[in-house]
Amino acid sequence: MSGESHFDEMYGRDGKTRGPYSEYCGWLSDEDVSRLRKKSVEAETLFRRTGITFNVYGMEEAAERLIPFDIVPRIISGREWSRLSKGIEQRVRAINAFLHDIYHGQEIIKAGRLPAEMIAQNDAFLPKMIGVTPPGGVYTHIVGTDLVRTGEDDFFVLEDNARTPSGVSYMLENRETMLHMFPELFSKVKVQNVSNYPRMLRRSLGRSVPDACDGGPTIAVLTPGIHNSAYYEHAFLADQMNVELVEGHDLRVVDGRVAMRTTRGFKPIDVLYRRVDDDFLDPLNFNPESQLGVPGIMDVYRAGGITIANAPGTGISDDKAIYSYMPDIVEFYTGEQAILKNVPTWRCSEPDALKYVLDNLADLVVKEVHGSGGYGMLVGPAASKKEIADFSKKLEANAANYIAQPTLSLSTVPILAKSELAPRHVDLRPFVLVSPDKIDITPGGLTRVALKKGSLVVNSSQGGGTKDTWVLEE
Amino acid sequence: MLGKTAGGLFWMFRYLERSENTSRMIDAGLRISLTRSSAAQSEWTSIITSTGLLDAYQQRHGEVDGAKVIDFLLRDPSNPGSVLAAIEAARTNARLVRTALTREVFEAVNESYMILKSALAKPVPDRDLPELLQTIRQRTAIVRGTLQGTMVRNDIYDFARIGTFFERADNTARILDVKYYILLPSVRHVGSPVDNVQWDLILRATSSVRAYQTLHDSEFDPRLIANFLLLDKRLPRSLAFCYSKICDNLGYLEEDYGNRPICHDMVDSIYAKFQNTSVDKIFDYGLHEFITEFLAGSYALGEQIEKDYRFSE
Repeated sequence: MSGESHFDEMYGRDGKTRGPYSEYCGWLSDEDVSRLRKKSVEAETLFRRTGITFNVYGMEEAAERLIPFDIVPRIISGREWSRLSKGIEQRVRAINAFLHDIYHGQEIIKAGRLPAEMIAQNDAFLPKMIGVTPPGGVYTHIVGTDLVRTGEDDFFVLEDNARTPSGVSYMLENRETMLHMFPELFSKVKVQNVSNYPRMLRRSLGRSVPDACDGGPTIAVLTPGIHNSAYYEHAFLADQMNVELVEGHDLRVVDGRVAMRTTRGFKPIDVLYRRVDDDFLDPLNFNPESQLGVPGIMDVYRAGGITIANAPGTGISDDKAIYSYMPDIVEFYTGEQAILKNVPTWRCSEPDALKYVLDNLADLVVKEVHGSGGYGMLVGPAASKKEIADFSKKLEANAANYIAQPTLSLSTVPILAKSELAPRHVDLRPFVLVSPDKIDITPGGLTRVALKKGSLVVNSSQGGGTKDTWVLEE
Repeated sequence: MLGKTAGGLFWMFRYLERSENTSRMIDAGLRISLTRSSAAQSEWTSIITSTGLLDAYQQRHGEVDGAKVIDFLLRDPSNPGSVLAAIEAARTNARLVRTALTREVFEAVNESYMILKSALAKPVPDRDLPELLQTIRQRTAIVRGTLQGTMVRNDIYDFARIGTFFERADNTARILDVKYYILLPSVRHVGSPVDNVQWDLILRATSSVRAYQTLHDSEFDPRLIANFLLLDKRLPRSLAFCYSKICDNLGYLEEDYGNRPICHDMVDSIYAKFQNTSVDKIFDYGLHEFITEFLAGSYALGEQIEKDYRFSE
């Protein structure tokens, strides 16, 4: 494994087992691959029986697929984690301050730290939110901050998912599966617990109640329905929080509240954890074609009749063009240097940057400003000459739609391949809960892993898998 | 509880019950075609008629043929009423109401779906049929068992049970609707082999041969069979039994919710018809009329339950 240019989290660069993995590797050395393979098949059966599947858009045959689960955990020391979580908290705090500012005084623009057109000409900016302060002042109740690692102390934020980040159910199910399969490991290695996430989510949502709420808050999860790719997660979270899972057609505005149709009549909802995009939330206020939302919910929201989590319009903060300004944004609102680094980013809207990007496509990763899920991106080093040529035409035609970043040498963690352990690139999505008085970060998060050798694309829609993520007790 | 969830539970258990009943029906037909092949074709016609799928079948295949009926009822992708389609619909409803189910119940349905989807992916060879039919019934029994063993007795449970007994009564009534004439006094030919075959079919299709024999010392007797399937509250597939259960569960809902919408009166009036009567009175009134009215009443009840508990907008 030595001699390669990337950093392996189990074996470092020199092939010596790193500290956080020492106990696990001690256990591993007594295991044989055939038993691990058997366990791996067992895990898949468990996932299938539980119905932990996701739907792939546009693929009728493979309509329900499992996200491959790898049984080798990704391990982070308590010390590493406490630094990361400080950095995440700082960043999420800044994002909430930024969102409030953008929809109110826009001080950051007045101060000349962010060009006005970054907001005014941005599709993710929601004019309907101007002057609206969400209940408790919280914009992003749930954030999934994507991190990558390139060395012992080098972490970068890749994306701030501040709209409706998914994957937390996999974090929880992966841990349950590991506990079920390797109970002996958890008595040997002290791993910080993640299983109270649903309880914390419920508590956190319950702290941001609207003015109209009287009594214990009624919370519901809004899903686009059983054909959505993340439906399992929506059902899982509603179930674990013991709240209703609703669709748009279960809801209606009644007496100035958003209410759900129950067997006993309409019941008002205080906090709606929506897993439906802004555009589909309200056919009266946004996309009139939407069947997924609730006509008039925005008016109820603006009048303080309901909390929508995350708030409409938060997409402006995880936009990939805004991303490049995050170090400034953190500094502007917290008065501190950003603890977590940004990946250097070229904004293709700027002529100099565009020229550089076009000249260096083979070495860069180019992403759509509003893209997600790994769709519509170019990974230069992995692309053919023709793919690069085709992409540069698209880029020139609509430069402002793209940003570019250097190809990072992402860290690897071994997976159980056919007959041996083999290193594969990973990223990490920790899950952050924001309430008016505090920020909670679940130790670890979801580790996504590119299962193909050498691949840097970890998205589940593109053949990525997941791992259980262990943060060790300090 | 969401109205949609109540509807999802009701239909999930209707579909499970339906797939189980279809499997019983095929089993009965199979048994007859193996033991008395001369009677088989007309019995297959009765079976497909009682499932309400005769027209759909004839459009697809024309003449009734045992092997084609079996394939049509079990898995034909063009048949939305097949066992496979019912299991799939049950599982889709289970996903819809997942938050209302225990993990055990959901997994039992999900696993049933996975097993039957693969077992019914291709036409089933004759030699595998008996085991497959048994598997269908075992899988639905496991779902019912996990429901009873793990679910809290609340409105969720009530809607699941109402769906189960509603569908079961419907199935028993349908087979009687097709076969009522062989139970009539005017055409009784006690002991003649043709009649025996048909009584056999009725009892097998409702899995009650053994129960009948346990409770009646006598030979098969059409009057007793009719009484058994209509009025005997000891038989879990009789109309009287099923409706006493629906009354119970709607009663718990009334207690729980503190209100009594229209469907409660409807179910009481249907149930009353099984209480203050005897099989002779039903024969005097007209067995066919009785069953036809029952089916119409049951249909209206289903619609009213759906409305009263806000299954949909």
